[in-house]
Amino acid sequence: MDRQVILNELKKVLVPYTLNKEALNNINEQTDLIKDLKINSANLVDIIIDAENQYHIEIDMDSAERISNVGNCIDVIIEKMGSPN
Amino acid sequence: MYNYILEKLPYKSSFRFIDNVSELNENGVTGDYTLEKDAFFYEDHFPGQPITPGVILIEIMAQIGLVILGIFIINLSDNSSEGQEGILFPLLTSTDVSFYKMVLPGQKVTVVSKKEYFRFNKLKCNVQMFDESGELVARGIFAGTIGKVKIKS
Repeated sequence: MDRQVILNELKKVLVPYTLNKEALNNINEQTDLIKDLKINSANLVDIIIDAENQYHIEIDMDSAERISNVGNCIDVIIEKMGSPN
Repeated sequence: MYNYILEKLPYKSSFRFIDNVSELNENGVTGDYTLEKDAFFYEDHFPGQPITPGVILIEIMAQIGLVILGIFIINLSDNSSEGQEGILFPLLTSTDVSFYKMVLPGQKVTVVSKKEYFRFNKLKCNVQMFDESGELVARGIFAGTIGKVKIKS
């Protein structure tokens, strides 16, 4: 799956967790979930669960700990879907 | 029957808001607390008209609904650290609560919590509080982390 497609889908997943709508509209792979989008760090767990449901994957603790920005979130999703491209 | 778990709570005296745990398993918990008539917050909230502050009701719901259940779940999955666990520090990470009735000094409230999920050390629960007549006092969604928490300033 194309990284840009996942990024656009992630944008929708992130909507309920950020009040910073302008930053969300302008996200790129370098956007930091906590620093740039001001997401409560405990809500990262909710985002991971939403991503799991959306892509029918399971994200383990080691992978979850790698997630800090949009880019490595996409990395983990692609890795777990088993389709590196 | 489940009150052994009260010993593991980090709260003491005036900030421990739980008397009994009547049901406890990995999917939920039920417990009760009777508000002390001379609790420190009644004197000023409000002078001459003591009413339990909403924030105290939230604390009662969190201690029973999240902390008790969280400690129970962590102890289930983490036998290895038995004996060297020290004090578990719970951190409330979000609440979304609606209130329906006032709670007065001396009243007993019962908290019923059902687990939504426990992942990556985060526990999220649907929590309800009832008074002695079984009427809903408050309900909400609570989430918190517990255990090896890194506190960043």
